[in-house]
Amino acid sequence: MKTKSTRKTKAAALDRDHALYLLRSMIRIRRLEDKCAELYSAMKIRGFLHLYDGEEAVAVGVLEALTRDDAVVATYREHGHALIRGVSAGCILAEMYGKQEGCSRGRGGSMHLFDDKTHFYGGNAIVGGGLPIAVGLALADKMQNRPNVTCCFFGDGAVAEGEFHESLNLASLWKLPVLFVCENNLYAMGTALKYTQAVMDLARKAASYDIPSHAVDGMDVLAVEAAAKQAVEAVRAGEGPHFLECRTYRFRAHSMFDAELYRTKAEVEEWKKRCPIETFTQTLKSRGLLSEADLEKIERDVEGEIREAVAFAEACTWEPVEDLTRFVYSERRMS
Amino acid sequence: MQQLGMGQAVNQALREEMQRDSRVFIAGEGVGVSIHDSPMLPTAGLLGEFGPGRVKDTPVSEAAIAGLAVGAAAAGLRPVVEIMFNPFFTLASDMIVNHAAKLRYLSGGKSTFPLVIRMKSGAGFGAGCQHSHNLEAWVAHCPGLKVIMPSTPADAKGLLKAAIRDEDPVIFIEDMMLYFAPGPVPEEPYLIPIGKAEVKREGSDVTVVTWSKMLGVAMQAAAQLAEEGIDVEVVDLRTLVPLDKETILQSTRKTGRLVVLHEASRTGGFAGEICAVVMEEAFGSMKAPFRRVTGPDIPVPASPPLERFYIPDATKLVAAVKEIV
Ligand SMILES: Cc1ncc(C[n+]2csc(CCOP(=O)(O)OP(=O)(O)O)c2C)c(N)n1
Ligand SMILES: [Mg+2]
Repeated sequence: MKTKSTRKTKAAALDRDHALYLLRSMIRIRRLEDKCAELYSAMKIRGFLHLYDGEEAVAVGVLEALTRDDAVVATYREHGHALIRGVSAGCILAEMYGKQEGCSRGRGGSMHLFDDKTHFYGGNAIVGGGLPIAVGLALADKMQNRPNVTCCFFGDGAVAEGEFHESLNLASLWKLPVLFVCENNLYAMGTALKYTQAVMDLARKAASYDIPSHAVDGMDVLAVEAAAKQAVEAVRAGEGPHFLECRTYRFRAHSMFDAELYRTKAEVEEWKKRCPIETFTQTLKSRGLLSEADLEKIERDVEGEIREAVAFAEACTWEPVEDLTRFVYSERRMS
Repeated sequence: MQQLGMGQAVNQALREEMQRDSRVFIAGEGVGVSIHDSPMLPTAGLLGEFGPGRVKDTPVSEAAIAGLAVGAAAAGLRPVVEIMFNPFFTLASDMIVNHAAKLRYLSGGKSTFPLVIRMKSGAGFGAGCQHSHNLEAWVAHCPGLKVIMPSTPADAKGLLKAAIRDEDPVIFIEDMMLYFAPGPVPEEPYLIPIGKAEVKREGSDVTVVTWSKMLGVAMQAAAQLAEEGIDVEVVDLRTLVPLDKETILQSTRKTGRLVVLHEASRTGGFAGEICAVVMEEAFGSMKAPFRRVTGPDIPVPASPPLERFYIPDATKLVAAVKEIV
């Protein structure tokens, strides 16, 4: 059983294009989330909105380890995952607006992004609800001899649900190709990890099901990517599930209603010093891989992308209420 | 009289009962340290007043939350636990349906389970169907559970206090939209008996039976219909189980017409039960076919206009009443 602690980022040669891609991806998520917050204040987006600021390195690093055919299961804090997986910012925003051109036709909203083309099996508002589904997706791949991996994201809060334990056990027992990715941001709503887990070293949970696990610095995109690649490789090789605990932090409130009385400003500021975007920017600059001009171009491009996405969502349309009963059941005949 | 939202009224009930009876404790996700800092919410301030020994923040573990209530109730305490939203009931349901509801019967009456499960429900805040799904008919279908769905802050206070003192498991469902609609609540402690409906408006032409948030819709429609000379009697069930058949039958025998209004979807909804009771026991007095005004048979959509369409409104109720009057 391997339960390794945080690995050091290797200072090995880093491909410039790849590095810029990682940085751009994290910035795309951050700017999309910033825009969501703004649109929420403007009441364009309703319901519960959970933003990913601070955790970008997790989605970006992990998704980089997957192929187009692999499946992804995420939580209600999933805008970034959908975006990096390849769902357009326009379709994501349209979904949050509740418009029919949204990736779930406006029926799901912020917590229920879904996209079949990119094998993005959802946003899920049920804490822990994604894990058993990931087991099923992986089972289907295994039964049909497909070389795919299912990547399942969930929070530290989900570790307390029975579905977590049942899923890890079954995936291990049947040697299913699942990568379990725990986004440990230390809080489940306002409840700190120390109040929810008797054993706070979450990687050890996986070890108890004989699942190889690693804890990785979730603020370091290269570390996440390296760990994810290694784990995915092993999963794809038929070794059974792997578990990755990404130690991270959410900079913003849990959702848009959160007075944040459960943590100090100083704690948040301390973590912000480890902002995955800023630290990676510094790393790249110090290695001479990123110029101010590069950075400006990325920001400009992303700004354009988000501007277009908002314009798209604004121009999208409401589904007519007559269509309301569509898609409760399949419109296909029996196969 | 004090004006409180339903969350505040629930808060007052919890506080009074915790002061009165040291066996009462609360547990749930964020019932102590909440992300919210609003006095409108049900458990605000209780941690400060009663401490972590009796206000227990739990991990995200619905099965264990419901289960701890079952065990603690059997062993002499009076747990009031919270399942954050009605759809999460499914994760807690084994402990509620297979245990809380059945163990008293299974033990030949040798054990009792004086516990309360509080849940938020209701559509209208754009959160989508995994947060908005009214499942009262599911729990009402399980013998052994009592089911309360108050429509006013004052009823919520008196009914919750009664539920906490009751000897049986009670499912107490609060529509979240009602947290933010203040109404008069008596300051002093009082109980409202479980199993008693209330005629919230007297009328002679048609009976509208409803509960929870839909009471507001019924009252609004009744006011509109009054202008057109149709006199609506509004029966607020307050408690679904045990069902106050007497009040329903008295009203329907008087008016001879019945419309049942609920937000939950139609098929298998609790309106069917009300209609069946009236059919079986007051058929001879009825002058017209019954009508149900309910949410459609779909999951609650997140999209604002679609969600608005989902929730029954006064226009739909007025139309249904006019069909049979
Ligand atoms: C089954 C279930 N129980 C409770 C909730 C309410 N809830 C929403 S988010 C959350 C905290 C989850 O924390 P975590 O898994 O750490 O994810 P994070 O929000 O930190 O990303 C809770 C309890 C829910 N959505 N689903
Ligand atoms: Mg968390």
